[in-house]
Formats: sequence, C-alpha cells, structure tokens
Amino acid sequence: MAEEVLVFGAWGSPFSRRVEMALKLKGIEYKYIEEDLTNKSPSLLKYNPVHKKIPVLVHNGMPVAESLVILEYIDETWKDHPILPKDPYERANARFWAKFIDEKCLSAIFKACWGEEYEHEKAEIEHEKAVKEVSELLQLLENELKEKRYFGGETVGLLDIAANTIGYWLGVFEEASGVELLTREKFPKLCNWANEFVCVTAIKENLPPRDKLIAYLRNRFGAGNASK
Amino acid sequence: MADELVLLDFWPSMFGMRVRIALAEKGIEYEYKEEDLRNKSPLLLEMNPIHKKIPVLIHNGKPVCESLIIVQYIDEVWRDRSPLLPTDPYQRAHARFWADYVDKKVYEVSRKIWTTKGEEKEAGKKEFFEIFKTLEGELGDKPYFGGETFGFVDLSLIPFYSWFHAIETFGEFNIEAECPKIVAWAKRCLQIETVAKTLPDQKKVYEFVGQMRKRFGLE
Repeated sequence: MAEEVLVFGAWGSPFSRRVEMALKLKGIEYKYIEEDLTNKSPSLLKYNPVHKKIPVLVHNGMPVAESLVILEYIDETWKDHPILPKDPYERANARFWAKFIDEKCLSAIFKACWGEEYEHEKAEIEHEKAVKEVSELLQLLENELKEKRYFGGETVGLLDIAANTIGYWLGVFEEASGVELLTREKFPKLCNWANEFVCVTAIKENLPPRDKLIAYLRNRFGAGNASK
Repeated sequence: MADELVLLDFWPSMFGMRVRIALAEKGIEYEYKEEDLRNKSPLLLEMNPIHKKIPVLIHNGKPVCESLIIVQYIDEVWRDRSPLLPTDPYQRAHARFWADYVDKKVYEVSRKIWTTKGEEKEAGKKEFFEIFKTLEGELGDKPYFGGETFGFVDLSLIPFYSWFHAIETFGEFNIEAECPKIVAWAKRCLQIETVAKTLPDQKKVYEFVGQMRKRFGLE
C-alpha cells in the first residue's frame, strides 16, 4: 500500500513548519493542507478534537498532534537522517531544551516585542524587564550551544528544528516590532547558528516569506513596543 | 561499575511521584533526597540551575530534569525490563500526546481549585470536570490508558489521585460522583504494588495542602 502523509498547518506557524522541516530532512513526501485558523476545517477538528490546533500529521489515516510529539514520531517511523541522538542522556538533554524553548522563550519574546498595554510611566520599566528576560533566556541557549555547529552537533537535529522560533521567527519579530533582542555582540554563537540554520536546504525551503510574515505580524499585533 | 542514582524530590509532588513509580517499576535502587522547597539545597540549584525545581534524577553525577523526560530516560536506559512506553511509534506518539495533555491541564486546574475562592474556584471546578471528562473519554472501556497494562499515561496521571481528597474537600465537591470511571481507574492502579507503595496517604496530602492554604491566607 502506498504511504499517505498529510500535514495540516498554517504558513506562518513555526510549529507546523517544524513538521515540514523534519519530513524534508528525511526525504518524506507529503501533502500539505493550509488551514485558515479563523475557520478551521472539519478535517482538522476531526483529527485533533482535543486541542483543535495545527500542526497535525496524518500518516495513513492516523493523526498525530503536538509538534514535538510529531517530531519524535517522524524520527521513530522514518529512520534515515536521525534527528535525535542515540545516547539516552543526550536525548533527554535535547528534549529538555526543546521544552524550554516552547514553554519559556516564545511568550517572553512576544511580550518584549508587543507586550501588554501599560500606562506611559510603567511601559518603559515593563518593556525593559521583558527585554531582560529574553536576554537571560537567550544566554542560556548560547551557553548550551557551546562550540557546536548545530544544537544537534554536526548535523541539524530535533533541537535545532524546535529552535526554529529562535533561528528565524525571532529575527522576523524583531524587524516587525523594531525591538532588538538577538544581538551579535551579546550572542555571537547563537547568531552564527541562526545563519547556518536558515541555509540548510530542508530548513530554507520551509521558511515563510519574510515580508509576508512581517506584514501579517504588524497587521495583527500593531507596530510593536519599540515605537511606544 | 555500579550505577549511582540520586533523586531530588518533595514527598507530595505529583511530578516526583511519577519518577518514583518509574524507578520502582524497573526495580532500580536509588538514594532519595527530600528537598525543602522554601530552602532549596545547593545540590538542587547546581543540578537544575534553569528551573530550580524537583524532581531531578542524578545518574552517575549527571542530572536529568522534567518528570516526563526523566521517565523516558529511565525507560531508555533500563530498556531490558518493564517497558513504560509501548514499542510501536504510533502508540508511543499517542501516549506522549496524552501525557502532554495531563501536564498542560491537570496541575494548573487542580491548583486553581485549592488556591482560590468564590467565582474563580467555581470556574476551576467546571474546568476540572471538563478535563477529566476528556480523560474519561480517552480511557474508554480500557482497564488502563495504556490498554491492558499500566503505562506512560497512567503513570503521568495517577499521582494526582493522591491529591483528590484535598481537592474535593477544599473545592467542596465530589469527584467520584462526576467522574466515576476515573476513580475506578485510579483504584485499579492502586492495586499495583509499585503505585500503592509510592503514592502518599491522601490524608497526609490533605493536611499538607491545609498548611499551604494557611500560608496563602485562605484559611
């Protein structure tokens, strides 16, 4: 029986792009279905009734949801170009940092760029606090990267893919909002990594167009904290 | 060389209980170190500098953090016995999805019930039942979330049962009345020796939560 792989995603979402990056790295063909998140399809609601979110991977009719769960499923199903290391300790480490990025980084970055509305006097202080928090989080990632070319070592791995929010979306958020966060002087390793990351074919082919994303973000969230 | 294992933990922590059950299921010996969370040890701060939280499993001096990550680590290192996750990739993904659901939903809603009053508490109770109804749906007619045997999802959820008496009493509601399947499932899990030996007494947890509430000014 021919294999059928479907990916339900949204063009601008780093989470659904992760799934596509992993499939591309492993040379797996799939059919992509773009979801309008303001008008979710019956298929999406059927395949992910619990969270009703993208991404969802459907493999021969069987759905898998939650991007990090999907990445592990992809790695266990298609053994070419493994994205997790073999050693259990290193695997635990990759999982730890992927979870860290998802739970801590994205919301902190968003807060620094677009934040909540504060009264004028408070706004400055709260913005500085938000920027400082992102700085501390990025420092932890900078330290974790050490001298490695990628988080995965010599080749792109699960953690690099999970860090796509840092490797590409962060730069887009910065440009859209005017807030500077990932500076070369403070985070040289992370900047080098981001440059290498976006050049990898499987990654490059799955990045949403920069201008389109900036326009979308500015339209949806406003001009950003730098202008306040 | 003998394995050296240390678990940094806190007796009422549901997250710590997950790791204790996993270690017991695999029959692994380890040194248990109780942490005072209001006065964290230098060892804890050194082994988990990012989150400064328990549980932390220290294996031959190297720390592993985050309870579900620790459980998967244990399953991968001691893979010759008592598997905690299924072998089939789809079933593994299914287990990880539901364990992730438990992680994202159950702790927060439980906490909401015993730390708030009035409208917020009522909203918490409503949400609690919605979440547990969803879990009951997933359980279906199976004896365990893992199917015929106790597995990863069961392990991720069962520790919360030791908090049910506290949540019910402070929440002023009856969990068994609304979610009989979940309570039946929990009692079934408690027939398992490793689970029964690991979970603390519900009354002890209730007293502990009572003390916490006093500290939060709720009593």
